[in-house]
Amino acid sequence: MPDQLLFAMEVTLNGLMAGVLYALVALGFVLIFKASGIFNYAQGVMALFAAMTLVGIMKGQVPFSHLINAIFGTDIHYFGWHVPSLIAILLTCVVMVGLAWCVQYFIMRHLVNQEPIILFMATIGLAYFLEGFSDLMWGSEIKKLDVGLPQGINETIDRVTFDWFGYGFFIDNLDIVATVIAALLVVALVVFSQYTREGRAMRAVADDHQAALSVGVSLNFIWVMVWSVAGFVALVAGIMWGTKSGVQFSLSLIALKALPVLMLGGFTSIPGAIVGGLIIGVGEKLFEFALGPALGGATENWFAYVLALVFLVFRPQGLFGEKIIERV
Amino acid sequence: MLDQTEGYITEDGRKIGGVVMEMKNITLRFGGVVAIKDISFDIREGEIRAIIGPNGAGKSSMLNVISGFYVPQEGEVWFRGAPRPQMKPYQVAQQGIARTFQNIALFEGMSVLDNVMTGRLTQMDASLWKQALWKWGGAEKEEVANREIAEKIIDFLEIQNIRKTPVARLPYGLKKRVELARALAAEPKLLLLDEPMAGMNVEEKEDMSRFILDVNDEFGTTIALIEHDMGVVMDLSDRVVVMDYGKKIGDGTPDEVRSNQDVIDAYLGVSHD
Repeated sequence: MPDQLLFAMEVTLNGLMAGVLYALVALGFVLIFKASGIFNYAQGVMALFAAMTLVGIMKGQVPFSHLINAIFGTDIHYFGWHVPSLIAILLTCVVMVGLAWCVQYFIMRHLVNQEPIILFMATIGLAYFLEGFSDLMWGSEIKKLDVGLPQGINETIDRVTFDWFGYGFFIDNLDIVATVIAALLVVALVVFSQYTREGRAMRAVADDHQAALSVGVSLNFIWVMVWSVAGFVALVAGIMWGTKSGVQFSLSLIALKALPVLMLGGFTSIPGAIVGGLIIGVGEKLFEFALGPALGGATENWFAYVLALVFLVFRPQGLFGEKIIERV
Repeated sequence: MLDQTEGYITEDGRKIGGVVMEMKNITLRFGGVVAIKDISFDIREGEIRAIIGPNGAGKSSMLNVISGFYVPQEGEVWFRGAPRPQMKPYQVAQQGIARTFQNIALFEGMSVLDNVMTGRLTQMDASLWKQALWKWGGAEKEEVANREIAEKIIDFLEIQNIRKTPVARLPYGLKKRVELARALAAEPKLLLLDEPMAGMNVEEKEDMSRFILDVNDEFGTTIALIEHDMGVVMDLSDRVVVMDYGKKIGDGTPDEVRSNQDVIDAYLGVSHD
C-alpha cells in the first residue's frame, strides 16, 4: 500500500479517537438541553471541577486550605493520606450529585419558565462562579491526574500493523480506553432513558412539563437527576482530558470544542453527539493532514467551526436533531 | 333521593358510594380578579360529576384547584375523608387523581404506547438498582405487568392500530383519546376531564361520550368533567354543578339543574344588575 494512504489511515484512526473525546463533552450538553432546554455553558467548567476534585481527593488535599490558612493563620495543605483512585472517583460522583442539587435548588428552580437566553446567562454565571470556586477549593496550580489508565503507544497495534503493511500505526492506549468507556457510557445512557422508570420520566419532562406533572413526575427531582448525570459525564470527560493534558484551566475550554459537535449532531440527539464528535475528530485531522501544509498549518483551530457553519446554513437542526417546523 | 352518608342509586340503577372528594368554601383569586367565589360541592365514589357553566365561569380554575395546579386562597380540599395539605401537582397525581387538559398535553415525541406507559409511572416502584438488575431484581416482572395494564386500556379505547405511532402525527380526536388512555392507565381514584369534547365533531363527541360511560361502567372510575356543551353533559352525568361568574348557581341531578331558574338565566343570558 502506498505510504500516503497508510498515513491517511493512521490519521483517520487518531481522528476517530479524538472525536470520541469531543463527543464525551458534547454528551453532557445534550443531556441537559434535552431535559430542560438549557444550553449549559458550564459543562466544560464542570469537567474541570470534577477533575480537580478527583485529584484533590486522591492526593488527600484539604479543601479550601488557602482560605482556612488565611483566616486562622494555620499552615495546613494535606491530610497526609492517599485515596485509591476507584474510591476517589466514587467520592467525586457524590460531590457532582451535590453540585447538581445546588444548581437546581439555588439557581434553576427560580428560573422555571424563563426565556432560554436567561437560562443561558445563568449558566454563564455558573461557569465563572464554579471556575473561581474550584480554584478556591483546590488551588489553581496545574495538577497531574493519574488514575491508573494505560498511556502511551499501543505495542500490539504497532506490531500487527507493521507486520501487515510494513508501517506501524501509532495509537495511544489512553485513546483506546476512552473509546471503550465512551461506548459503554452511551449504551448505558440509552438503556437508562429507554428502559427505566426514571428514564421514561426524564423523557416525559423533556417533552412536556405540564403533562409530566399530571402523570406524577416531580420536575425538580428529574432536573437534579439530569444535572447529576451530566456531572458524571463531565467527570468522565475530565478524567480523560485531564490524564491526557493535565488538570488546568484550559480544560474548561474543551466546552468550546463541543459546540461545533453539537451543531453538527443536533442539540437534542445522543447518537448525534457521538457521530458529530467522530466527524469533527476525523475531519479536522484529515484536513490538517491533506491541506494543513498548504494553508500554513494550525487548521485544527478553526476547521470544526467552519464545518459547523456550513451545516448551520444547510441543515440548521443538525444531522439527528428534531426537525424545526414552524406552522404559519 | 340523595342520601348524604350512604350514597344513592342512579336512575339507570348504578350504586353510588360515599364522598371521595369534597371542596369546602373554595375561593381563588388572581390579583384582584375573583375566579372562584366561596364554592362547595362534593364528588361521590363511582359517579360522573359534571361542572358546567358559560365561558369564563371558573370551571377550568376549579379543575386546576382539584389537581393542584392552582392553590386557592381560602377553603379546604378534602380527599378520601381527610383535608389535603397544600400539594404540588405531581403529588396530587401520586395520590391517585389523574387528569386530561383542555388543550391536550401529550408527549408529542413519544409513541402512543409510551404515552400510556407514562401513566403507569406512579404505579411502578422498583428502585434504580432493581431495574439495573432487570430480570433478577424483579423489574422485568413489574414492567410486563404494567405493560399488560397499558395494553388493556389501549384495547378498551380502541387505539390498538396506532399503538406505535408517534403522537404528533395523530389527528385531534385521537389525541384526546390517547390522553384519556394515559390518565386511565394510572388507575385513578378520581379522573378529571377538562372539556373532553371540545373541538370535536358530532361523531367524535358520540365516541367520546360512549368511552366516558364505558370507563365509568367497566372500571367503576369516579369521573369529574368540565364541559360547556350542555346537551352532552346532561346525558352523561349523574349530578351537575353549575357555575357562573365564579359562583355556584346550581347543584343537583340534570333534571333539577335544567329546571333551575338561575341556570336558565345564565345560559340564556339575562343581564346582571
